[in-house]
Amino acid sequence: MSFEIIAQAIVSGLMTGLIYALIAAGLSLIFGLMNIVNFAHGEHLMVSMFASFWLWALLGLDPVFSIPITILLMALCGVLTHYFLIRFILKAKMLIQICATFGLSIFIRALAQFLWTPDFRNVDQPLLEGRIEIANVFIGQPQFFASLVCLAAFVMLYLFVTRTETGLALQATAQDREAAEILGIPSNKMFAIGWGIGLGCVGVAGGMMTNYFFIFTDVGVNFALFAFVAVALGGFGSIIGCLYAGIIIGLVESLGGLLIDPSFKLLYVFAIYLLVVIYKPQGLFGRY
Amino acid sequence: MLLEIKNIDVLYDDFQVIWDVSLNVQPGEMVALLGPNGSGKSTILNTISNLINNRKGEIYFNDQLISNQPTFTRTGMGISHVLERRRVFPHLTVLQNLLLGAWHEKAKAERSESLSRIYGLFPKLEARSDQLAHTMSGGEQQMLAIARGLMGLPRLLMVDEPFLGLSPMVVKDLIVIFRNIVDEGISILFVEQNVRLALSMADRGYVLESGRLVIAGHSKDLVDNETVKKVFLGN
Repeated sequence: MSFEIIAQAIVSGLMTGLIYALIAAGLSLIFGLMNIVNFAHGEHLMVSMFASFWLWALLGLDPVFSIPITILLMALCGVLTHYFLIRFILKAKMLIQICATFGLSIFIRALAQFLWTPDFRNVDQPLLEGRIEIANVFIGQPQFFASLVCLAAFVMLYLFVTRTETGLALQATAQDREAAEILGIPSNKMFAIGWGIGLGCVGVAGGMMTNYFFIFTDVGVNFALFAFVAVALGGFGSIIGCLYAGIIIGLVESLGGLLIDPSFKLLYVFAIYLLVVIYKPQGLFGRY
Repeated sequence: MLLEIKNIDVLYDDFQVIWDVSLNVQPGEMVALLGPNGSGKSTILNTISNLINNRKGEIYFNDQLISNQPTFTRTGMGISHVLERRRVFPHLTVLQNLLLGAWHEKAKAERSESLSRIYGLFPKLEARSDQLAHTMSGGEQQMLAIARGLMGLPRLLMVDEPFLGLSPMVVKDLIVIFRNIVDEGISILFVEQNVRLALSMADRGYVLESGRLVIAGHSKDLVDNETVKKVFLGN
């Protein structure tokens, strides 16, 4: 096996890893803030891809240009999800919360199949196409830009949470909801912001993936599973943990596929998940 | 009258824990809320903050009815509540904790002045401003929690069990700090189990037993009162 092939696997692992990281960050933000797992995260990703697709198909907007719209739509979707569903289950038992977001995932997927049929779609001749070659390593242009944009979004998310006043209030609410509320920070507003940002992250990832990935109603399932693994691996509620975990998962997936057998790609990722759960349940950067 | 509670009943689900309690706090006054474990002292503070809202009766602050206003509006009105067990944000720094204390507009505008005033009251916090809150000792965390409450520029500071688990040295420091706060014109309503200590500090006291008000009065009248002794020592 040549050096080029391994380098190729590392590069593509890194690129997908950055996308996993951003998707996981959205999930982690919501979980860290309100202890609710968004089991509809993959469906939200699917919705963002369809949003981007329809903006292209109906309005002729290339996915690259529609990114801001996709982000806004998904952020709005997040706020609405909080307002119409999550708000009512905040104090409910965990099982009810699980059923609520899991039910939402089934609802969204079924609705998408009803509206758009389960056909596979793709964007013809997007702006970002083809690949570039650097030292015998081929890099797909759309994948490359998707990972760059996701990394940039990740950095912005991190700076927002750690450097701004609203971010500080989000952290405070995550660490002690009542104590934050007592200081004058309305938790309901913070939760809505958290959902908006969490799904905004998904909007970035989904919008960029529309450039090169098939768009279909079950597209989110694997990404959501990987996001759960990333959140567990990085540490529940840790945003920076998602970055490392996303990259690790991307690398394990592509290197495992290359060195062992590509048909067991998913297995390697879930093997890591099991190892983490058994030996380091708090994750790499977890506090719990 | 700064704070006035009129005939409140409080329920946890269907279980009544507070029965017809009325109390008030005047401007510039230190008031102790006393009672044995489980007598409902914290519940009263939490009801004032609307953390518990299953309640009958009215709560007035500054002659305005506030009972139904949500919890987050309290600091804007001038009520700061230091919760039981300090409840500082463990993974934020001391400075970040303090800044979060000044969240409503007026407090935010005067944030830097408040900060230097508070560092004057609690010099230790200035030295530790970049330290994560959970790495500090219990006493320091209590100081931080009180300081954070003061950052909201309250007219009434409610403190739940301020001395719980603190060393005698720290308790002594806190007593001085409480005095200084009251001297600035801020009223304090605090919950305490140690009757002698609380009455040595407070102007007035209210004594609760099993969710009912047993006796209220000036501290000097309560110190050797037979009813008070009976509540704490049992019959």
